[in-house]
Amino acid sequence: MDFEFSDEQRQLREVVEGFAAKEYGFDHLRAVKRSGAGWDPAVWRGLADLGVAALNVPVSLGGLGYGPAETLALMDGCGPSLLLEPIITSAVVATELLRRYEGSAAAAQLLRGMASGDRIAALAHFEPGSRFETSWVETRATSAGEEFRLDGHKAVVAHAGLADVIIASGRTAGEAGDGEGLSLFLVPRDTPGVKLTEYLTVDGQRAADVHFEGARVPRGNRLGGEGDALPAIEAALDLGLAALCAEAVSIMQALVRATVEYLNTRQQFGQPIGRFQALQHRVADMTVHLEQARSMSYLAAMRCNSPTVAERRRALSAAKVVISEAARFVGQQSVQLHGGMGMTDELKVSHWFKRLTAIEILFGDGDFHLQRYAALTAAASTV
Amino acid sequence: MNLEFTAEERVFRDEVRAFLREHLPADIRDKVLDGREASRDDYLGWQRRLYEHGWAGVNWPKQFGGTGWNAVQQYIFEEESAEAGAPRLIPFGLKMVAPVLMAFGTPAQQRRFLPSILSSEAWWCQGYSEPGAGSDLASLRTRAVREGDHFIVNGQKTWNTLGHFADWMFCLVRTDPQAKQQSGISFLLIDMKSPGVSVRPIALLDGGAREVNDIFLENVRVPVENLVGDENRGWTYAKFLLGHERTTIAGIGTTKRELARLKRTAGQERHDGRALLDDPLFAARVARIEIDLMALEITNLRVLSTEGASRAPGPEASILKIKGTELQQAISELMMHAAGTYALPLRLEAMDAGWQSDPGLPPVGPRYAATATAAYLNQRKLSIFGGTNEIQKNIVAKMMGL
Repeated sequence: MDFEFSDEQRQLREVVEGFAAKEYGFDHLRAVKRSGAGWDPAVWRGLADLGVAALNVPVSLGGLGYGPAETLALMDGCGPSLLLEPIITSAVVATELLRRYEGSAAAAQLLRGMASGDRIAALAHFEPGSRFETSWVETRATSAGEEFRLDGHKAVVAHAGLADVIIASGRTAGEAGDGEGLSLFLVPRDTPGVKLTEYLTVDGQRAADVHFEGARVPRGNRLGGEGDALPAIEAALDLGLAALCAEAVSIMQALVRATVEYLNTRQQFGQPIGRFQALQHRVADMTVHLEQARSMSYLAAMRCNSPTVAERRRALSAAKVVISEAARFVGQQSVQLHGGMGMTDELKVSHWFKRLTAIEILFGDGDFHLQRYAALTAAASTV
Repeated sequence: MNLEFTAEERVFRDEVRAFLREHLPADIRDKVLDGREASRDDYLGWQRRLYEHGWAGVNWPKQFGGTGWNAVQQYIFEEESAEAGAPRLIPFGLKMVAPVLMAFGTPAQQRRFLPSILSSEAWWCQGYSEPGAGSDLASLRTRAVREGDHFIVNGQKTWNTLGHFADWMFCLVRTDPQAKQQSGISFLLIDMKSPGVSVRPIALLDGGAREVNDIFLENVRVPVENLVGDENRGWTYAKFLLGHERTTIAGIGTTKRELARLKRTAGQERHDGRALLDDPLFAARVARIEIDLMALEITNLRVLSTEGASRAPGPEASILKIKGTELQQAISELMMHAAGTYALPLRLEAMDAGWQSDPGLPPVGPRYAATATAAYLNQRKLSIFGGTNEIQKNIVAKMMGL
């Protein structure tokens, strides 16, 4: 039992935190949010120089070969800065996914480029009809000679517009909802027949709906065997979920601190409003949520490497249930306790709140994961 | 970062489990697992078995005949025992007054009192709360006036748990009415057989077995050698005692046991042609509790892992108390709802030790229903005693810098 980071993990956390504090102050964040690009390539380069992009890439492909614990440390360090760069999208989810196909020449080559920060990849998996259900893929991948042809529509793909390569899931067999029949394809973003509708999401990050209209990729761009991609996709999403949990906790911690500071500063009725017990108890409730969420972020990270898939998914769902609820409560109450100021764009509180709102929904909201947890628990007890 | 117990801790856990399998009497275990109240003899019988095995002093150092276990071992023992259906250790002697005596008592007091606490020959109770001093304990008014070799004590204590079984009471009394509230309090040990001590039961909303009492103290003569530590410094000792149970305050083992009982119950109860546990809404409610318990267990382990480290205490103990009691109450609430309409018949005797449903007649509702509502009512105490959850929130807010 050990809830401390190793020296190496602590160092990683501190280096990233220091870098983000220096290069990504609140004014810079607001400037990047307003810029057309919606991200700062120089900061991404800086993060890559610190090893962030290489963190989960195998050593044999120029990476650091780390895993969930280091990812937790990374997100804990950079979370409160609200970096808009594709850390979870590319350095966590896409990397974790590709790592499982390192035998594929195309995947290995892409991972090398990603380790150095030169290349960015984004998983395009969920669709308008799937909500959060991982097996609900309607996109068709049909074999056409030496190529595969993709037709379908992917919903809210994070950072799709700045990714060099989109990793698309497509059905080579079966129907939406089937666990079997899903394959993965590396699709360069500039492939003809790939159309992006780009937009900003609530947290200021860039995303896009991706349409595949007869987009063709070489056979070698299919990862692994045909039709067996779902377990890898779920594992990669679960590591992403663990990273999101860690990010959420670091943001909640920042919000609780900011709120306490505000309550001690803001004067009404001739005294700091933090003297009022109604507000004190709200902070206590926020703290309980925060600490329970922190515990579950540790569980999420540690269970990413569970020997059994069911145990991993059960733990990750449990974590998302606690963290979604905590994120909502702490986010909403931070705005509430800051009064009118909490409503403004001028304070970082609203920006943190919006990121927590996005995290609450990403990769499945609390209700979805509560049902998934209950179903996995029922399945475990009947075995 | 690692959530698992070490190899040695797992060996210890196996040892505890084996001990419980071998020594926990089946009748007591079934009672506890069934949610029925253990009797005085059950408590004492179990504590004496632990004593014979050398395990009664769970949190005692070896020099006083204790186990010498570290915080993790204590946690493992407590949680495994609770989960397996062992009665809780009555805390007043073993866990409350004993550590105070070890830290602040004279060698003579230690020799006189500790052995009979360890062997459970003496039953202790607590004299803290008063009608006018609950959360604001320092406003207590029970007076002790020095007269030669004795203190003469007058006043009333309340919410005294199981004092009708007690041989001794550790008691907070005011010895200096002029001093500021906290500074005029002393810590006295009172023989319950002393003339002037009377114990009156308080009827509770659950109508169950006798649990708490008012204690009246009228000109009770207490020898000065029963003063612990310095006169007027009792508040310090009381605070020391209150800070003593932070590692097991969340009640993880008990909550696991009760959650398992809830699941068994909801698995038997039929709803809409299937088990209630398979009803999506009920299953979600149970899952929500199970998940919160999972989080609380890790939070508890986090607190445990900082024990002994030289850190300033944070808001953790209060968080464990708030969340732990909320979960136990939530389970008791679901348990009552699981029983459906049979939650309504009043079967007070069902809470008593050794209850059997009427011989020769079909039982009124399922067995679990008979205790569900009384337990629900009784468990409302959890967020009130040991520092109300509102007081705990005051503490958390303060620790967070407000």
